[in-house]
Amino acid sequence: MLHEHAHDDAHGHSHSHAHDDLHDHDHPAPGDARERALRVGVGGPVGSGKTALVAALCRLLAPELSIVVVTNDIFTREDAEALRRMRVLDDDRIVPVETGCCPHTAIRDDISANLDAIEQLESLHGPVDVTFVESGGDNLTAVFSRALVDHQIFVLDVAGGDKVPRKGGPGVTTADLLVINKTDLAPLVGADLEVMRRDAIARRGALPMEFTSLVDVAGAAAVADWIRERVAFWRGRALAMP
Amino acid sequence: MTRAALLLFADGRFPSGSHAHSAGTEAACATGGVVDGPSLHAFALGRLHSTGLVDAAFAAAACGGSHGWTALDAAYEVRTISPRLRAVSRSLGRQLLRSGQRVWPSAVLDSLRAAAPPEGAHHPLALGAVARAAQLDEIEAATAALHHLASTVATSALRLLGLDPFDVYSRLAALAPIIDEIAGRAAAGAHDPLDTLPATSAPLVEILAEDHATWEVRLFAS
Repeated sequence: MLHEHAHDDAHGHSHSHAHDDLHDHDHPAPGDARERALRVGVGGPVGSGKTALVAALCRLLAPELSIVVVTNDIFTREDAEALRRMRVLDDDRIVPVETGCCPHTAIRDDISANLDAIEQLESLHGPVDVTFVESGGDNLTAVFSRALVDHQIFVLDVAGGDKVPRKGGPGVTTADLLVINKTDLAPLVGADLEVMRRDAIARRGALPMEFTSLVDVAGAAAVADWIRERVAFWRGRALAMP
Repeated sequence: MTRAALLLFADGRFPSGSHAHSAGTEAACATGGVVDGPSLHAFALGRLHSTGLVDAAFAAAACGGSHGWTALDAAYEVRTISPRLRAVSRSLGRQLLRSGQRVWPSAVLDSLRAAAPPEGAHHPLALGAVARAAQLDEIEAATAALHHLASTVATSALRLLGLDPFDVYSRLAALAPIIDEIAGRAAAGAHDPLDTLPATSAPLVEILAEDHATWEVRLFAS
């Protein structure tokens, strides 16, 4: 086979490669950021309500926005299957990524598998408005790489203890939006929402937070509004509100 | 070449998606093949001499540049019987190539990307091409392929079985001269005709990989 790409190596002899195409295909270049979907990461501890939040956001936003979802499960495809069962989007708009024991690695240190899934989804369904990347449930140190998502939402729940915001960590401190979920359980588990609010403000300053109860999809309305604002900002123009 | 580039490339933290894979170790642990340090050592040794040799030979050949991508891809494909492992190899190759194009941009990586099917280039091809882009040579590419296999097997067993990390790493250290020897053989044939490249396989690993893909609960993608 002959070679079209000759390059000299350190040992002085020439190496080269033929590029005989196995297939002609089109890999979209990353291009201008504004030409692709807004990518939003949803992280937080196990059981805090990440999947419920993504499901509610899909229900509220799918009528007006083209949405795809990448889920990151630790052991199974549970989250992707739960979203599919809830029929919040067409099945082929939801793709699970396996993370090999380390959900935080897949969203922070080695984002290859997630980027791969996102690029495939966005090129299959393009143009997409919003891509959600739901992290596998993890500890308070998990944070998304800025090369993977444009914004991140960190989800805590009141049943995890009202001291969690005070414990801080990059999720609580730096997420673009902090969601404190399951407010309906606060009286049952003895959680003080005002303590959580005060501690979160101390850690986050002016960064926004929302208290939610996702027993009803409408509980995610304020978060959906935040997404609409972010999308409008991303596009550089206001979205027509429904 | 620079030694630092080889260390960077061979580091398990190099972002190429492989942390989610166990190279068949999860299935081997579940079936009782790997249960402790000695059985882990035996499993790693078997893999290095079978599929490891093939991966190293193809990484060296891809690095060497004497073969066209299509022919090299086809030659690796026929040496990988399990459809699941073919898919995994292409997925890992696609992800490694993406990293390589950012970290060591070069014409050799662009040519492989252009020649590969949408599912991606096979992993050893990507590994050899990225090694070349990092100005490493054939023997370094082969060594990196074998190190990648051995460390993937070892670290996934460590996580799955809660083994003693010092014991696991002492076993990896004991494998080093064997890795060097296999890498030398693999690299020596990098410019030979494709039909003479090794075709050693590990049938049980291939069979278990097909089964592993059907598990409802698993920690690793393969």
